[in-house]
Amino acid sequence: MVEQVTRNLEKVTERAAEHREVGAESTGAIRARNVRKEFIDPNGEPVIALERVDVDIQPGEFICLIGPSGCGKSTFLRLVAGLIEPTEGTLYLDGEEIKKPGYERGLVFQDPTLFPWLNIYENVAFGLKMRHIFKEKKDEVEEFIKLVKLEGFEKSLPHHLSGGMAQRAGLARALVNHPKVLLLDEPFGALDAFTRMNMQDELLRIWKERGTTMIMVTHDVDEAVYLSDRIFVMTPRPAKIESIVNVEIGRNETYGRKRDSVDFLHLRSKILQILDYTGKAAEIEYNI
Amino acid sequence: MSASVSPKEEQSSNFAFRVQTILPIVGVLIALIAEVLLPNHPNLKYADLPHYRYFLYISLAVVAVLALLSLFWESLRRKYSYRGAFVGGVYIFLTLLDLVTAKWLLLPQLYFPSIARIFHVFFEDSALILTCIKSSFLLLVKGILIGFIAGMVCGIAVGWSRGANYWIYPLIRILGPIPSSTWTPLALVVFPSAQGAAVFLIAFGVWFQITILTASGIQSVKKAYFEVSSTLGASNLQNLFKIAVPAASPSIFLGFFNATCSSFVALMAAEMIGCKSGLGWYVNWQKTMLSYPNVYAGLIVVAVFCYILVTLQFKVRDRLLSWQEGVVKW
Ligand SMILES: Nc1ncnc2c1ncn2[C@@H]1O[C@H](COP(=O)(O)OP(=O)(O)O)[C@@H](O)[C@H]1O
Ligand SMILES: [Mg+2]
Repeated sequence: MVEQVTRNLEKVTERAAEHREVGAESTGAIRARNVRKEFIDPNGEPVIALERVDVDIQPGEFICLIGPSGCGKSTFLRLVAGLIEPTEGTLYLDGEEIKKPGYERGLVFQDPTLFPWLNIYENVAFGLKMRHIFKEKKDEVEEFIKLVKLEGFEKSLPHHLSGGMAQRAGLARALVNHPKVLLLDEPFGALDAFTRMNMQDELLRIWKERGTTMIMVTHDVDEAVYLSDRIFVMTPRPAKIESIVNVEIGRNETYGRKRDSVDFLHLRSKILQILDYTGKAAEIEYNI
Repeated sequence: MSASVSPKEEQSSNFAFRVQTILPIVGVLIALIAEVLLPNHPNLKYADLPHYRYFLYISLAVVAVLALLSLFWESLRRKYSYRGAFVGGVYIFLTLLDLVTAKWLLLPQLYFPSIARIFHVFFEDSALILTCIKSSFLLLVKGILIGFIAGMVCGIAVGWSRGANYWIYPLIRILGPIPSSTWTPLALVVFPSAQGAAVFLIAFGVWFQITILTASGIQSVKKAYFEVSSTLGASNLQNLFKIAVPAASPSIFLGFFNATCSSFVALMAAEMIGCKSGLGWYVNWQKTMLSYPNVYAGLIVVAVFCYILVTLQFKVRDRLLSWQEGVVKW
């Protein structure tokens, strides 16, 4: 037991050293033990949204959850966020049981959900104000607005921003709290392909800079392979984590991965295979 | 090169003439000609009252100045030329009234006095009218304030708390739709003064509107806002006051708008039942005295009074709710 903990710690420090340049604190570990979630649908029938999840996520790790609709991806994020409670089992953040939402677990949705009655500055400052530390940490608001490249838009209202900009503002709003874990639910799903690729690189830059543990839901296999350290592949009926894929492809200078490398394509088809989505096209690609 | 040309172009486009800005002048002139050149009907009483004529002279000066200013001032030109036909039309309407009442005496003058006779009331009765305005305004402010606060408290409770919803909501559903004037007999018994009863009747209507729209506004706030704010560190109370209330503010404001409009009705009704001052009382009292010029003068004051209050509300709304995407313009 003690051995295991020490080994875990070693691994943690390794990861931290690997991923972080500044402000490294080895926190942000998520542990899920035997987690099950059941909902009651409108007809009173139970719906199993998540079956037996047992995972360990290391501090500073980048995890992608991938799988078809209804396989419990959002449910897992909500559980980690503390917005819902598991029917069975327990989740831990750095060894402490997760019981309710908190600022150390930030959340970003596909719809940026900026508060439309607040301007961009006020949106980003929201968390600090709720925690009554806005006065001391005022400078950080500007700092994070800069980090997501929204200088000059402080006074703009959310509906005047483009989709990508709004999503970046949402990111800054979550990051200003220095969350240990950032939960992203299909954050780039509504963006066009080019904006999405830019946003992926920006997210990686922020990840490197802040060392935040990232747990991201995506529909996009390429995105998962490009970004993550590990990919949790999920399947519906029963909704569970089917397998965990280590992405052992080296990262390039933007911390992403070469999208057209053989390794990349190989891993991509492997994941599609797990998901049982390899059509004829994929087979042909494989034969080349 | 184009840069050196454009300022000149702008300057020349700054001075422009729009035919529509002349229409008010035409309207006023027609009214004046009718008033000055045509003789009053020989049977008209108070035939020598000059107020309407003075009013037209002042109008002429004002519309002339406006037409002149809009030659140079672009934003005024745009607005004024748009309204030009309407303003002209108003004076044509006044001309018709003048003809029908003062000039040709086609209607019984007891009920349809001349315009000059109505305008005369503003001077003759100004002190009383002013105290009436003041008293109505005080009643209205008290009633709206009390109703608004009570409505916000109830609306927030019902919209936010399951318990409050269970106990209070049915009560609101039963009591709310009863027209507030129905409560008049009870209010007159319960409250020592007619003033108090009037405040209650106004407050009651406002309370209902605000409660319903605050509650429904809060209940329809997107759940994702609360989820995001909770993960940003907001407590339950902060979720209520920093998310639910501002997100529901368009709905709350709609309730407030409905409420003030119906509160005018309640005010007039309440003042007619037992108060000894106020605009509603004034109109009612003058009617029983068969003093119709005063009744019309009172109605004009009521119209202006309500118009100003509603305009004020729009200004407040535009400031508070400017964040809304595609705001509904009333
Ligand atoms: N609040 C809820 N009430 C009832 N059923 C729910 C609720 N949330 C999710 N579910 C069900 O749980 C399953 C998993 O949902 P979700 O985690 O949102 O899937 P995903 O994000 O992977 O598309 C779905 O079948 C969904 O219908
Ligand atoms: Mg989902």
